[in-house]
Amino acid sequence: MTTPTQRSWKLQPFIKNPTLRWTLWVLTAIYLVLAFGTMEINWDRVAEGVTRSQRFLAAFFPPDFISRWDSIVEGIYESLWMAVTSTVVGILLSIPVGLGAARNLSFRPIYLFCRGILAVSRTFPEVILAIFFVKLFGFGPFAGFMALSIGTIGFYGKLLAEDIEDMDPVQAEAIRATGASWLQWLNYSVQPQVMPRMIGLGMYRLDINFRESAVVGIVGGGGIGATLLTSFDRYEFDSAAAILLVIIGIVMLVEYSSGYIRKKVQ
Amino acid sequence: MPSSEQNGIKSWQLRTRPEQLLRWFFWLIGIAIFLFCWRLISEKTIWMFVEDSPRQAIDMAERMVPPKWEYMGKLWIPVWDTINIATLGTMLAILIAIPIAFCAARNTSPSLTFVRPIALFIIVSSRSINSLIWALMLVTLIGPGVFAGVIAIGLRSIGFCAKLLYEAIEEIDPNQVEAIEATGASKAQKLSYGIVPQIMPAFAGISVFRWDINIRESTVLGLVGAGGIGLQLDSSISTLAWTQVSLILIVILGTVVVSEWVSAKIRHAII
Amino acid sequence: MLRIDKLVKQYKTGDIALKGVSLEIPKGQVLALIGPSGAGKSTVIRCVNRLVEPTEGKIWLNDLELVSLSSAALRRARRRMGMIFQEYALVERLSVMENVLSGRLGYVGFWRSFFRKYPQNDINEAYRLLERVELDHMADKRADELSGGQRQRIGICRALIQNPDLLLVDEPTASLDPKTSRQIMRLICDLCQERQLAAIINIHDVHLAQMFAKRIVGLQEGKIVYDGPPDSLTPDVLTQIYGEEDWEATIEEVEDEEEIEIAMETAGASS
Repeated sequence: MTTPTQRSWKLQPFIKNPTLRWTLWVLTAIYLVLAFGTMEINWDRVAEGVTRSQRFLAAFFPPDFISRWDSIVEGIYESLWMAVTSTVVGILLSIPVGLGAARNLSFRPIYLFCRGILAVSRTFPEVILAIFFVKLFGFGPFAGFMALSIGTIGFYGKLLAEDIEDMDPVQAEAIRATGASWLQWLNYSVQPQVMPRMIGLGMYRLDINFRESAVVGIVGGGGIGATLLTSFDRYEFDSAAAILLVIIGIVMLVEYSSGYIRKKVQ
Repeated sequence: MPSSEQNGIKSWQLRTRPEQLLRWFFWLIGIAIFLFCWRLISEKTIWMFVEDSPRQAIDMAERMVPPKWEYMGKLWIPVWDTINIATLGTMLAILIAIPIAFCAARNTSPSLTFVRPIALFIIVSSRSINSLIWALMLVTLIGPGVFAGVIAIGLRSIGFCAKLLYEAIEEIDPNQVEAIEATGASKAQKLSYGIVPQIMPAFAGISVFRWDINIRESTVLGLVGAGGIGLQLDSSISTLAWTQVSLILIVILGTVVVSEWVSAKIRHAII
Repeated sequence: MLRIDKLVKQYKTGDIALKGVSLEIPKGQVLALIGPSGAGKSTVIRCVNRLVEPTEGKIWLNDLELVSLSSAALRRARRRMGMIFQEYALVERLSVMENVLSGRLGYVGFWRSFFRKYPQNDINEAYRLLERVELDHMADKRADELSGGQRQRIGICRALIQNPDLLLVDEPTASLDPKTSRQIMRLICDLCQERQLAAIINIHDVHLAQMFAKRIVGLQEGKIVYDGPPDSLTPDVLTQIYGEEDWEATIEEVEDEEEIEIAMETAGASS
């Protein structure tokens, strides 16, 4: 009889190679030290901020809806118009781009061209686009509308293209085998497969566009952002609190109704 | 019924007449809303400027080339700051988002009637407010600089990360958790053996995904004074230094493309 | 009726799926194409309606050469060939009736099909077919509510409403249970007889092929290695097609269908 040998067991680390593992740890540590080191924090100013923050938080109880009510209403309306129009126009424009950017649908040159459009319109945040459109079209909601539309094209077109690439190829093949024309094929095999998700994403984008519309106002693109900027500049925290609450309220409303619609179409 | 029989002829339509009318009606309302909104925007637009804009755009583009390459020397530090804002902000957000997500998930929340609604409210308010607005607030409160940017990105990302994370927690396989429970494991053991391994891939994916978005968002925080390359963009635009503007745009494009590539690589390695 | 002449298909990956396949099928003949997976069965029928582009060779449907057709002429030619798929390939989110009517797409214009306003004749024919497969009460159900056997019957209706000369059938029974498989095969064969249709049926179940087809073609590595009646399919031939295996049990003489059904059911019960 031999005595049973003792076998030890230890959890295998996620990264098996010890050199790589330790290098990554060290690099992370160095990065964090450098990152915190170069971040200049003015602690006096931060300490001062604590009292201001208290004032700001106190402004929420109760927020002041009254004194700037007119400009709040106007700003919110403008934001809503911008959100609706830019979502509609953006989605309409993104459909051809998205179809062209789906690898299983289009030819190589068209595919690359459409992917290029999507990449460029996705890279720059709506705010940067808005800055330039304000320079071109002047202050006001039109600049914001253009910026949001282009953002929508990038977002929606990319998701549409990916959804089409993920569709069930057999269903598409079956419709092609009946002798359907290209448009009929789109209508009978592609559309039913991508439609439910795309309706949901459209609602989601409306939601995003409303939130973004609050931002483009900061650079002059119309909407509630301008009102918010003014109230912060004047340290009118109770009005700012009111505006923020209105934004949160509308976003929640849009989110719940879009969730409801999404449930219905699926 | 879409199928109907009349005088022995079976007819078929996709929808019955009332259904079809209702549908047309909804389309009509939708179009009316769109036209209404459009008219209001159009009223506030000076169309003369819009008509003039192609010429303006060409003019602007001409003034932008060639980019002022030597300005690059002054951009390295802002780029570094931008990346730090995104990275540190994401880390901050994740640290706070984890407990909130566990409180918000139906199957792990300590109290459905009390804790869960609070967690959900935190998530919604964080998500509703754009990082630029958070930055605007924080610059007013704690002064301009990278720190305000980090906090702004962090606050904005809490909601996003917590939402995706709690959805992932709600979708876990309860059988595996039950199996761990059946061994007599404590609550914490159940968490670390039954739940955490199941949400780990989702968690890693969410973090990297958000980091990628945050790089993009932190490029603009400087516009309200919260550090990063947006600061240079703002000052270059206000001084009409268009050749600097074009260089900054190129740098932003490059940063975003690189960050997208990195996040794709990491996600590929994890999943 | 259908004549395939020296058909060669080489995929982009370099795999040669078909190495000169020639076949001739007269009107009204049901032909079973058997062979191991990867022998090129699917490729043959997909080359016929050019869902896969042949590399070389010619295909005649009646007097029409298919390989050289332009896209518009190809669409017209596809109307003459109904196809039935392995996984039914119904468009799951469309209703049963829309799926059946989609077989008429080659005949109606785009707007007609877009608004689902099909000619009354098409609708009558659709109901006739649905009655024939005993599913007319399901016309307004969504396709994903149906069972496998029901879906395949709708798939058959879609192929037949094209009023084809030829049926291309790709593994019609692969996802069905043994009993439904037989019902589907019987239905296809009966319908072919009623309408004097030629059919190519890809099938991996040798037993079913022997039971229903009048002619069997064995394909192995892209070449035809057997072409003849079902009863001269000896173990030697099967070995040549599929490789070494004990074939006696597979080709046991089939006397009475009833008996097999009982035998199968008892086998199912005992296992």
